[in-house]
Amino acid sequence: MLTKEHILALLEEVKDPEIPVLSLVDLGVITSVEVEEGHVTVNMTPTFAGCPAMDYMKKDVERTLEKHGITRHTVTMSFDAPWNSNRISEKGRKALKEFGLAPPPAYELVPDLDMLEYSTCPYCNSNNTSLRTPFGPTLCRSMHYCHNCRQMFEQFKPL
Amino acid sequence: MNEQALKDLLYKLADDQLILGHRNSEWTGFGPILEEDIAFSSMAQDKIGHSLAFYTLLHEMGEAAPDTVAFTRNASQFHNSQLVELPNGEYDFSLIRHFLYDNAEMIRFEMLSKSSHEPIAKVATKLKGEVRYHVLHANTWIKHLGASTEEAILRLQSALAEALPFALGLFEVSIYEQELVEAGIYNGEEAVKKEWLQRVQAVLEKTELKLPELGSITPKLGGRYGQHTEHLQPLLDEMAEVFNIDPTAEW
Repeated sequence: MLTKEHILALLEEVKDPEIPVLSLVDLGVITSVEVEEGHVTVNMTPTFAGCPAMDYMKKDVERTLEKHGITRHTVTMSFDAPWNSNRISEKGRKALKEFGLAPPPAYELVPDLDMLEYSTCPYCNSNNTSLRTPFGPTLCRSMHYCHNCRQMFEQFKPL
Repeated sequence: MNEQALKDLLYKLADDQLILGHRNSEWTGFGPILEEDIAFSSMAQDKIGHSLAFYTLLHEMGEAAPDTVAFTRNASQFHNSQLVELPNGEYDFSLIRHFLYDNAEMIRFEMLSKSSHEPIAKVATKLKGEVRYHVLHANTWIKHLGASTEEAILRLQSALAEALPFALGLFEVSIYEQELVEAGIYNGEEAVKKEWLQRVQAVLEKTELKLPELGSITPKLGGRYGQHTEHLQPLLDEMAEVFNIDPTAEW
């Protein structure tokens, strides 16, 4: 008997194509899973609208479902439940930090400008950092400089 | 709600994003410093993603598929403002255009995120979070450079004078304006423009730059209804070059 929890556990296997330590579930791009009479529906939302990995992630979810013998499935990508960085789980934040990427600060309501510029260095935990550019190697990362340990580092952008 | 009015609005939004996205992408490999090369390339990617989101809404309303709409129309069928189609020029011009355009787009998306039309509201809600970074980028550079050396200030001031008539064309009033406002789709071009002037002015006040007297400027209109500068068609030809080699190819 297929359940939502079972599907979510299977989807833990599917990682962000650019950040192999972060599952799509922990990234928060899987917005809901429904199981009805053996048919599995997975709803997803992209982190950034221009994310080139969007299609790849969707196919990866389909491949994983099929690998586990789930052939009756629908995977949809929509803005119905738009992604924001608060959707990244605690486990996901920890994984990001261990990977050397500063996790986005959690926020209430809307992120303000100060927060976009703020970051904690993932190497030495200093807050004495400054935003160098909001545009890094992928759409979801910004580049910062740590004045304490004098290293450049990347942050998963708050959105 | 009149579908034609909605489509008219969506085409403007989508075409602006697509064309400016392509102009921004021309900085890839040519940026004045590596970080700016990456910034303009990233914003290009965002904007083309945004155009896809709006073309997808149009497709759901019965228009042709996004690729077809993006790559098979000619200049007279495009609804973008003339501002976005102008060549990149020097970095000062691209930066000023980016500043004037993205501040306006941010306001548009903020308003549309409260739209009575739910599909548009959802897309705008998503996109406004991304455009916030574009605005942060533009405003930061304008503040830095607009209060730096004499050369930087002179260059930006002259780029501002050149871009402003075209920027005012962003707010060309729709033939469906009244219907759109009455139906609660958004607050209309005048409201966008009023808010835009305030935000642009607030940034410029922190610099040596002066906003030219608007009363003396004739806005460059027509872009919203297919009248374009000589620069759009060559850009479209270039954009569609690969698509046209084999329009039926599967990618």
